[in-house]
Amino acid sequence: MTETQATKEKVSTAGASLLEARDLHVEFVARGRRARAVDGVNLSVGEGEIVALVGESGCGKTTLARTLLGLERPTSGEVRYGGAALDYGSKALKAYRRQVQLVLQDPTGSLNPRHTVYEAVAEGPRIHGLADEESAVASALSRAGLRPPERFFLRYPHELSGGQRQRVVIAGALALDPQVLVADEPVASLDASVRGEILALMLKLREELGLSALVVTHDLGLAWNIADRVAVMYLGRIVESGPVEQVLTAPRHPYTQALMSVLPESPERVVLTGEPPDPTRIPGGCRFHARCQILASGKAAEVGVDGKCRSELLDILPAVPVAQAACHYADVAG
Amino acid sequence: MSVLELDDVSVTYRIASGEVPAVRGVSLTLDSGAALGVAGESGSGKSTLAMALLRLLPRDARVDGRILLDGEDVLTMKWGRMRAVRWAEASIVFQGAQHGLNPVRKIGDQIAEPLLVHGLARPEAARKRVAELLDQVGLPAWRARSYPHELSGGQRQRVMIAMALACSPRLIIADEPTTALDVMVQAQVLTLIKDLVAEHGISLIMISHDLSVLADVCDRLAVMYAGRIVEQGPSGEVFHDARHPYSKALAAAFPTVGDPAARLAPRGLGGDPPDPMRLPTGCSFHPRCPVALDECATLDVELWSAGERRTAACVHVRAKEEAS
Repeated sequence: MTETQATKEKVSTAGASLLEARDLHVEFVARGRRARAVDGVNLSVGEGEIVALVGESGCGKTTLARTLLGLERPTSGEVRYGGAALDYGSKALKAYRRQVQLVLQDPTGSLNPRHTVYEAVAEGPRIHGLADEESAVASALSRAGLRPPERFFLRYPHELSGGQRQRVVIAGALALDPQVLVADEPVASLDASVRGEILALMLKLREELGLSALVVTHDLGLAWNIADRVAVMYLGRIVESGPVEQVLTAPRHPYTQALMSVLPESPERVVLTGEPPDPTRIPGGCRFHARCQILASGKAAEVGVDGKCRSELLDILPAVPVAQAACHYADVAG
Repeated sequence: MSVLELDDVSVTYRIASGEVPAVRGVSLTLDSGAALGVAGESGSGKSTLAMALLRLLPRDARVDGRILLDGEDVLTMKWGRMRAVRWAEASIVFQGAQHGLNPVRKIGDQIAEPLLVHGLARPEAARKRVAELLDQVGLPAWRARSYPHELSGGQRQRVMIAMALACSPRLIIADEPTTALDVMVQAQVLTLIKDLVAEHGISLIMISHDLSVLADVCDRLAVMYAGRIVEQGPSGEVFHDARHPYSKALAAAFPTVGDPAARLAPRGLGGDPPDPMRLPTGCSFHPRCPVALDECATLDVELWSAGERRTAACVHVRAKEEAS
């Protein structure tokens, strides 16, 4: 990495940590077995920073996002916001939700078809008893790119296009003037040409309002398009994280390498067999070792870490902005 | 020899408030053993077109033109013949495999159904064929005794592909076969489809809004907008060097990771696809087009030659061809 890139990276991630997960564990009991959905995660989102949380379905990324929103209680560890641990009292939680807002995927499913755009966006301000509801709704709509806002007040979701519906969902989140948006697959259900528009809107909101965002996605192109930092999650843990330029151009964890290799146009494919494994049966040693192409190809044995891969647990990665990977092989081979 | 030939095919839905032209004059040829990708957004008519190929549209849809499957016109086929053609000569893999399978019947019985219904095998032979098909799509034979809920999304999509292969069709139509699947599972399913096309000489029509996925699997691409094909050509050329501004926008929508031009610069297309009942005059794309000229609002565009085996319906392409 060149000197100038390094400085630029420092600037974009310099904001103080705003939302943080510390040694977070979330467990569920599924069919009599304990599922460790989030199994030790440190993650921080700085002021004005966009972090992409990437992983396959079942890796725990949605559970992590829900826990950060206070919708799920951690089994152990804590969620911190603005330097203090999250208070799960109902009043404190209500106040917290003005600061940290959720943007749902699939706007068609998350908007009530019988509510007008105005009612959909006004729900938050009403619950929180905001003084000037109408101006809050109008300003949220116009910040989400629906202008002039009055023209949209009385429209119903079915009268809008997919892109407009997603803007209404985003306006609903903006109506309370939050500091952080947590967006779960914000463009997965949108058409190709609309996708870019919505992503551009998220960048604009960061620029104009200084909003931070945690974007949960399985789409590495999305991370490349808008995120400052990326965290790759596998089976309940973050296995690699760091600045997008670094992690996505020179991934060090075999899992990230495999994810990158199946993107269209990638020269050589590493198609992992099987589905992501079961959080009720997390393998010992490195949790990825059973599917790891580096271990399977004998490369890990060449540098003498194959035994470690199978038996030695890896430390939980700390919440630091620099690039890091939880991999015995990467530790030795670089 | 072409497996499928579409000649000026149009599909119009009749609804209470009038007629909705969903597909407007599409002509296409698919060679034996070739893979064609049809790209477009929701409302572009791509799925309607796919359904029209096997006459799977509802009654209120009128199909005009000619659809020749192995030289035989699908639109004038007798009902019995049509039933024989489905599955046996051409089959469809739908998006959302979750909904395509019967939740209370075992996988094996569902894969065997077309074989038994078409009288192609007796129960014992059908069981053997099911095991063979499961193997082809990379699932163990004992999965035949599983119910759909016991499988993951990727496995269910494999079962759908096994069903489509059951009667050894010459043509498979895959409508967004990997939407809603994870990247890794998507890669597994795409590799499977590519191998099947290559090894069994099956012809493929694949439909998606993701140009990068289509370019990966198909030899040729056709891009649809507002019911028409706006660009056609070899997939690499269309993806990397699109001539129509709409294809360009589609190609740019999914960035190449590592491309500095896309870093912190998502590219989209302003505006929304047109309402098919109120199509813009002239070129239907002109209200959203970044390079539209005054004449685009009135000019009737058609697919002009845009190089060898390439066509594009854009006035800029015509100008370029005339100049050269």
